[in-house]
Order: sequence, then structure tokens, then C-alpha cells
Amino acid sequence: MVFVGSDDQLTVPTAVKIVIAGGFGTGKTTMVASVSEIAPLRTEELLTEAGVHVDDLVGIEGKDTTTVALDFGRITINTKVVLYLFGTPGQNRFWFMWDELATGAIGAVVLVDTRRLDSSFPSIDFFEHRGIPFIVAVNCFDGSQLYTVDEVRHALDLDEAIPVLLCDARDRESSKAVLVGLIQHSMNRLAAV
Amino acid sequence: MTSREDWWYDEAAGPLVRPYAMVRGRTRPNAPDLHLVTQVRASSFASDQTSLTVEHREIMSLCARPLSVAEVAAYLDVPLVVVKVLLSDLIERGDVLVQTSTPQIPDRDLLQAVLDGVRGI
Ligand SMILES: Nc1nc2c(ncn2[C@@H]2O[C@H](COP(=O)(O)OP(=O)(O)O)[C@@H](O)[C@H]2O)c(=O)[nH]1
Ligand SMILES: [Mg+2]
Repeated sequence: MVFVGSDDQLTVPTAVKIVIAGGFGTGKTTMVASVSEIAPLRTEELLTEAGVHVDDLVGIEGKDTTTVALDFGRITINTKVVLYLFGTPGQNRFWFMWDELATGAIGAVVLVDTRRLDSSFPSIDFFEHRGIPFIVAVNCFDGSQLYTVDEVRHALDLDEAIPVLLCDARDRESSKAVLVGLIQHSMNRLAAV
Repeated sequence: MTSREDWWYDEAAGPLVRPYAMVRGRTRPNAPDLHLVTQVRASSFASDQTSLTVEHREIMSLCARPLSVAEVAAYLDVPLVVVKVLLSDLIERGDVLVQTSTPQIPDRDLLQAVLDGVRGI
């Protein structure tokens, strides 16, 4: 790894990330919170009122801006590796944020709520089109497990190779199992190429 | 803690006053690529900090341990675009060290380490 500067370079860890995506209210922030070692943090990107990403502050003085918020958490893997979990901001807007989130990511978990399966379609499209490894996690809101895994797979028109897991995003072990499922899926994809 | 509305949505001054003032509208001509997860850390040979702003100094103390750009922005409670300018200042001074690579898709060994790590939490 290359650093600007020279002193004890080894003490800066390698950062990896996983994207937690899905429709509004599917449990993204809940999942980040249940596995993160810190209370989820929130960071904001600026947009102009027209929805254009502000990546330079020159010339925007006095212009109206709005913000897009990202929730994220952290898992320190060891002294050399740190994993970040990012919940995606709203679908259909803010795709520039999704691109930044997806770059170099291990992959994505697409959360779905079976009461509103269609709310996660845009997330699935996004990762499919960009060839980013993803798995689908069905967040089982109390008593709302309306469909079997196969029915969900069919309704979402998912490739056979995409794992579909059931989970409870509030539960740490359940959310851990989802992350493990995604990492294994990414490893399998790597082995396949 | 003051709520962010206290300074962020200052009715008289408009929404961008504080962050704009903090970076004085400067661009970042020689800035390294700073991504959300790019790791930054204060150098143990940091220069004299008396000329630094409060925000710069706050970053220096936050980065006593390695942190991502996103974490620095969150703890400082400023938008990412602002923290990137502030970090660039410190990097230029040699006070903050940074990973210069863009995020890479992890290789098999790294994935295995992450898998073991997640299983272990
Ligand atoms: N009953 C139940 N509620 C959940 C579950 N996951 C999330 N929630 C609730 O659903 C709401 C939306 O969750 P949130 O994580 O904010 O969704 P996000 O919009 O995807 O980030 C919150 O009130 C959560 O407490 C779950 O597995 N079961
Ligand atoms: Mg959320």
C-alpha cells in the first residue's frame, strides 16, 4: 500500500465495505445497528436543490443545497482490516452515492420486506446491472413471512445463483449470518472467474 | 451537544454559511482521492498546530487512531465535501497520512479474513 508521508505505515488498516440496500423501511439501518461495534454513524453529502452532487464548494456560496444522509457502522476485523457497513440512501435518486458505495465493495445485501416486495426492485436492478455480488435477505417482520424463499426468488425473478436468506434485522446473530452468506457468495463468485 | 440545525440551517445566513466559511470556498487542486472508507491518520511527526483552525485540530485529535473519511465527517458533524477539503489541508502539510489507492475489490485472502472476523464477533 502507498501512503503520502512515511511514518509507521503499517498501522493504517485496509478498509473493506459491504452495502446494505433495499427499499425504504426494509430494515437497513436496523441491520447496520445490530452488527456494528459502534452506534451507527451518519454522514451527509451535499446536493444542489436540483439534485446535483456538490463535489466542490467553489461557486456554490449562497446556492440552496440539500443533503443526502448515509448511515454506516463499523466492525474491526483485526489490527489490519476494518469492515464498514453502509446503508444506502433512497433509491431512484442519489445514484451517484450508490456508485461511490459500490466501488470496491465486497458486495451488497438487498433487504426485502415481503409485504412490499417491489420496493426493493431498484436495488436488485442496480447490483445486477453493475455485476456486483449481492444476496437477498428477507427481513421477517413479525408474522409477515408471507412467502417461501422460492416464492420470493420467483417474484423477484432472481438468478438461481443468488442466495436468498430469511433474517431478522434486529437480531445480531441473524444479521451476522446474512453477512457471512454474502461474503461466502462473493468468495464463490471469485472462485468462479 | 448542539443540534446540527443550530448552525446548519441558520435562517438569516442561509444553509451553507458554516461549512463554506470553514473552507472559504477553496478547491482542492492537489488533493488525493478521498473516498468514504479511505483511511486517514494523524502523523506522529505533525507540525506546529497553532496556525490550524479548531476544525483542523479536532481532526488531528480524532485521527490519533486510523479512521475513515466517513467517520471523520460523522464525528465532526460536517458534510463529506467539507471534511475532504479540511483533510486535504492537513495532508498537504504532512500532518495527516492517507491511503492513496481507490477501494479495491478484496482478494480471496482478504475475504477469508473478513469472513473469519465477522464469524468471531
Ligand atoms: N418487527 C420488526 N421490525 C423491524 C425489523 N427490522 C426493522 N424493523 C423496524 O422497521 C422500521 C424501519 O427500519 P429501518 O432499519 O429504519 O429501515 P431502513 O429505512 O431500511 O433503514 C423501524 O421502525 C425498525 O424498528 C424486523 O425485523 N422486525
Ligand atoms: Mg435507514
